[in-house]
Amino acid sequence: MTETRYTKDHEYARVEGDVAVVGISDHAQQQLGDVVFVELPAVGVKLAKGDGAAVVESVKAASDVFAPVSGEVIEVNGAVDAQPGLINEDAMGRGWLLKIKLADAGELASLMSEADYAAFLKTLA
Amino acid sequence: MRYLPLDAADRAQMLARVGAPDIDALFADIPAAKRLNRPLDLPGGMSEIEVERRLTRMAARNVAAGSVPFFLGAGAYRHHVPATVDHLIQRSEFLTSYTPYQPEIAQGTLQVLFEFQTQVAALTGMEVANASMYDGSTACAEAILMAHRLTRRRKAVLSGGLHPQYSDVAATLGGMADEEIVRLPLDPHASEDIAAAIDDETSCVVVQSPDFFGNLRDLEPIAAAAHAKGALLVAVFTEAVSLGAVRSPGEMAADIAVGEGQSIGNALNFGGPYVGLFATRLKNVRQAPGRLAGETVDADGRRSFVLTLSTREQHIRREKATSNICTNSGLCALAFSIHLTLLGEAGLRRLAALNHAAAVDLAGRFGAIPGVDVLTEAFFNEFTIRTPRPAAALIDELAARGIVGGLPVSRLAPNAGLDDLIVVAATETSTPDDRRSYAETLAQLLQTGGKR
Amino acid sequence: MNNQGRPTRPSGGETTRRGTFTGNRALDMEEALIFETGRLDATGVDLEAPAPFASKLGAHARSAAIGLPGLTEPEAVRHYVRLSRNNYAIDAGLYPLGSCTMKHNPRLNEKMARLPGFADLHPLQPISTVQGALELIDALAQALLTLTGMSAVAMSPKAGAHGELCGMMTIKAALAARGEDKTRTVVLVPDSAHGTNPATAALIGLSVRAVPAEADGVVSAEAVEAALAPDVAAIMLTNPNTCGLFERNIVEIADAVHAAGAYFYCDGANFNAVMGKTRPGDLGVDAMHINLHKTFSTPHGGGGPGAGPVVLSARLAPFAPAPSIVGTGDALSLAEHHEGRQAFGRMSAFHGQMGMFVRALAYILSHGGDGLRQASEDAVLSANYVRASLIDLMSAPFGDRPCMHEALFDDRWLKDTGLTTLDFAKAMIDEGYHPMTVYFPLVVHGAMLIEPTESESKASLDLFIMTLRDLAMGALGGERERFVAAPVHAPRRRLDETRAARQPTLRWAKPTPA
Repeated sequence: MTETRYTKDHEYARVEGDVAVVGISDHAQQQLGDVVFVELPAVGVKLAKGDGAAVVESVKAASDVFAPVSGEVIEVNGAVDAQPGLINEDAMGRGWLLKIKLADAGELASLMSEADYAAFLKTLA
Repeated sequence: MRYLPLDAADRAQMLARVGAPDIDALFADIPAAKRLNRPLDLPGGMSEIEVERRLTRMAARNVAAGSVPFFLGAGAYRHHVPATVDHLIQRSEFLTSYTPYQPEIAQGTLQVLFEFQTQVAALTGMEVANASMYDGSTACAEAILMAHRLTRRRKAVLSGGLHPQYSDVAATLGGMADEEIVRLPLDPHASEDIAAAIDDETSCVVVQSPDFFGNLRDLEPIAAAAHAKGALLVAVFTEAVSLGAVRSPGEMAADIAVGEGQSIGNALNFGGPYVGLFATRLKNVRQAPGRLAGETVDADGRRSFVLTLSTREQHIRREKATSNICTNSGLCALAFSIHLTLLGEAGLRRLAALNHAAAVDLAGRFGAIPGVDVLTEAFFNEFTIRTPRPAAALIDELAARGIVGGLPVSRLAPNAGLDDLIVVAATETSTPDDRRSYAETLAQLLQTGGKR
Repeated sequence: MNNQGRPTRPSGGETTRRGTFTGNRALDMEEALIFETGRLDATGVDLEAPAPFASKLGAHARSAAIGLPGLTEPEAVRHYVRLSRNNYAIDAGLYPLGSCTMKHNPRLNEKMARLPGFADLHPLQPISTVQGALELIDALAQALLTLTGMSAVAMSPKAGAHGELCGMMTIKAALAARGEDKTRTVVLVPDSAHGTNPATAALIGLSVRAVPAEADGVVSAEAVEAALAPDVAAIMLTNPNTCGLFERNIVEIADAVHAAGAYFYCDGANFNAVMGKTRPGDLGVDAMHINLHKTFSTPHGGGGPGAGPVVLSARLAPFAPAPSIVGTGDALSLAEHHEGRQAFGRMSAFHGQMGMFVRALAYILSHGGDGLRQASEDAVLSANYVRASLIDLMSAPFGDRPCMHEALFDDRWLKDTGLTTLDFAKAMIDEGYHPMTVYFPLVVHGAMLIEPTESESKASLDLFIMTLRDLAMGALGGERERFVAAPVHAPRRRLDETRAARQPTLRWAKPTPA
C-alpha cells in the first residue's frame, strides 16, 4: 500500500514500506520550467527533516529540495542526473530524486495528503 | 548642461503629468532633516575644453611609459597594441551595451565571448574558459575558492614565486573566510620544495610561471604531487604573451589556469581595468565562477549564443552562488580577443619570440656589468638581477636619468630581505638603443657609487 | 520554491520572412566564427622574427600547436564590425534597464582616459613619475567624499560586487578589532536585495537573516529591530532600494543598528538617484560602494569593466584596505602596505580601475555640483513621468506613489491575457527598444523595472511611453501573436536556453567528419 504525502515546499514523499521516495511535485516542475541540472546527495548521508537534500536547477532558477522526512539516503536516481528532463516529463514517477529510509514514520503525519495538497495549491493561485 | 536634454519647459510639463508641485515633492521620502538644502561643495560645471585642460595638466605630470626606455613588468606589461583594437572596442554597440541579458539583440557581445572563451582555452591548454574576471589577482583568489569547493578542503598553499600582491589578495580573502592560506617564502631562485608543503588537508597549490621573478617553472611534477594528495594545481600567469612561447598550464596538468590578460590588447592604465583569464577542465565547470557564453539555436534553428549555466551566479543562487561577481571585464576581454585574432597563432609566436629575444639581449648586457648578477636561468621576457647597492635607490636614480628600470622587489615585499633585487622586463617595445642605454647607465651608476 | 521559472524554450509561429541565399537580410548579416574563417598562418600584425639567438626557455619551450586562428586587418575589422551590429546599445536607443543605469557615455571621457599620461602608465612606476595619476585619484576620492559626506574611501575595488565585498570586509575587520568578529556573524538583508548582497555575506562566512519589507515596499525600523540581536554584524540595505523607493525609515534603521552595536552597509548601486539631494554620511551609513559605471557614466562595455570605490564612515576608515593615497599637494605617495595602520589587507593587485577613475572624474567635472544634482533630479523626474503615464494600464506593486529613478510594475495587469512579462519584454525588442529589467526584484511577481535615466529627451520619453501604451493595449486587447512570437525583427528570435544549459557547448570545436 503506497501513499504520497506533500510539503508546503512542494516536495513529495511516496511511502513504500519503510522507504520514502522523494521528488518534487508536478506543480513544482511546472513552476520551475525546464529542469537542466540536478544535484543529488551521496548515498549513505543521514538527513534530518528539512535538511537540504538535493538541488534542482532550471535555466532561470535553482531550488533546494528539502528532505520531507528524516532518515538515511539509500538510493538516488541516476537517470535524472543524465536526463534532467525526466523531472518535467514525469515528476511523480521516473523523475524521482532519492529514497530515504524512514527514521520516524510518525513524521509523515505532519505532511499533507494528496487532497490537502490539492487544496493548498488552490490557495496559491 | 550638455549631457541633460530636458529643459525647464519639459520639466514643468512632466511635473504636471506626474502631479507633483515641484521636483522636491518627488524626494519627499528623504527625511526632512537629512535633505541637502545647500549646494554641493564642488566646483561648477565645466565645458569640454575646460575639462580637457584640467585633466591634460594632470596627465602631463606623469611620465608615460612610451616616452622613456621602459623595463617594468611585474604583473603588467607594455606591448604594442594595433590601432585597430582601440578603434573597434569604441564601436558604440560594444562600448555602450550592457551584459547580454537579452540575447536576441546582443549576439555581437555573445559571439565575441564565445570566441574569447575558445581562445583562452586554447592558449592555456584547458578545456573551457569563462567570459573573464576582474583581473589576474582576483581570478587567482576565485580559483582558490573553487578548489575549496571541488575538494571540500580549506587550505591553499601559495608558491613563493607567486606575485606578492596576488598572495596578499588571496590571503585577505582567505583570512576573512576562515580558510588557511600557507604562503611559502619569496623564492627568487625557484628552489622551493612545494611538494613537501602539500598534505591531506590541502585543497590546492598555487604556482605561477613565469613566476614573479621571471623563472619558468615546470609545473608537471607539482601537479603530480598535488594530485597524489587529492589536491589541485592552480597555475597562474601574469604575462599572457609568454604562452606563445612556453608550455601551457594544460600541458602541465593544471586543474585551473588563471592569469592576467592585460598584456594582450590592453593598455597599462596604471593598473586597471585589466582582464582576468580563468580556465579549467570541463568536469569542473559547474563550480567555476563568472559568466559563461554557450552555443544554442533560436526558434528558427539558427546558431546563436547565450549566457548559460547562470544558476551558479549570485542573482539566482544568492548566498549559495559560486562567487559574488556580477560584472566581468567585457570590454577588456573584447580588446584581448581582437588583438589575439589579429596576431593569430603565427603572430603570437613571433611576438613571443621577439619578447624573449629582447630579454635575453638585456640579460646578456647585465651579465657584463661587474657586481650585477642575473639570477634567473630559464626565463621568458622578465628576469631578476641582484645589484651591489639597494635596488630601490638605484631605480630612483635611473628614473632621475629618464629610465624606468624595473621593480625593486622591496617595494612589494619590504621586509623580505630582498632589498638588492630588481625584477626587469624587456618586451618588443624596447629598442636595442633602450637596452644599451639602460645597461650603460646602470654600469655608470654603480661605478660612481650612486652619488646623486 | 522559486516561482519565477518561465519558458526558456522558444515556442510560437514560424517566421514569415523570406529567406535569402546568404542568410543575410540587407544590413542584418550573419557572421561566422573566427575559428571557421581564420587560418593558423594568417596575421594582421607585421612582426619580423628576431635574429637567431640563444634561447633561455630551456625545456619549457612550447612545442605543441596552440590552435589560434588569425585574420588580416581588413578581415578582422569586418568581423568585429559585423558582430557589433547585432548589439543594442545606449548610443542607438533608450535602454531602460532598471538598476543598471544605462545613461549616456560622454566621449570626452574616453578621450581623457586615453591620454598617454594616464593610459600608458605602469602601476609600479617610481612614485616620482606618477604624481599626476595620484592627483587624479585623490581628486576623484575627494569628490566622492563630498558627494557622500563620508570620511574615507577605498578606491581599489574593481566593480560593485567587489566594493560590497570590500565594505563587508572592512566591517568584519572593525568587529575583529573589537573582539566581536566571532560572535557577530549574521547580516540582515531585506528580501528585495540584489543577489550580490547575500552572496557577498556568504563569501566571508557570514550568514543571512532576511528582513521582510512592509506592504509599501520599504523596510520598517520595527522589522529591523525585531531582527537585531547580539549576533548581528551589519545590515545591508540598498538605498534607494531595488523597488525604486527611498528607504524613508533609514535614519531610524541606522540608529537601531548602531544601538545594537552593528554596522550599516548601504548598497549604493542606486546612488545616481540622490546626488546632491542627501548624503549617506548624514543618514548614518558606515560603508557604501559606488558603481562608477552606473552613477558616473563609465561605459558598461557589454559587461564591464566597472569600478566600485567604497566610502567609509569615520569609525570604519582606519580599516580600509591598501593601497591608499598619502601626502598632499605636490608630494603624493601610495601606502601600499599596512604601514602601521589597521588596513585589513588588499582587494586586488595594484591601485584600482584607473581608466574608470579618469572617466568618472571627467563626468563629475563636466557636471559640477549643480549638474550632478540636476542629473539626479532629471532621472527621478523621468522615471516618475514614465510611471505616471503607464499606471492606468499597467499595475504597480506598491500603488500609485512616486518612485525614485526607476519605475516598477508587476504582471497582475497581464493576468487574463495569458501573456507573461517575458512576452511583453520581447515584443519591445521588435519595436526597437531594449527591454526593461524583468523578473527583478524577485519579491515582485513578473517584475518590470524601468529606468529611463536623465539622458532621454522628452520626445524620446514620449515615444517610449506611447510605444509601451500601444503594446499594453495590444496585450490587453488579445493580440497574442505579437507577443508570443516576438521578437521576429531582431537578429535572432527567442533562443533555446534549455538546450544551452542541458548540453553546454562553451567553446568552438572542430566539427568531427560524419
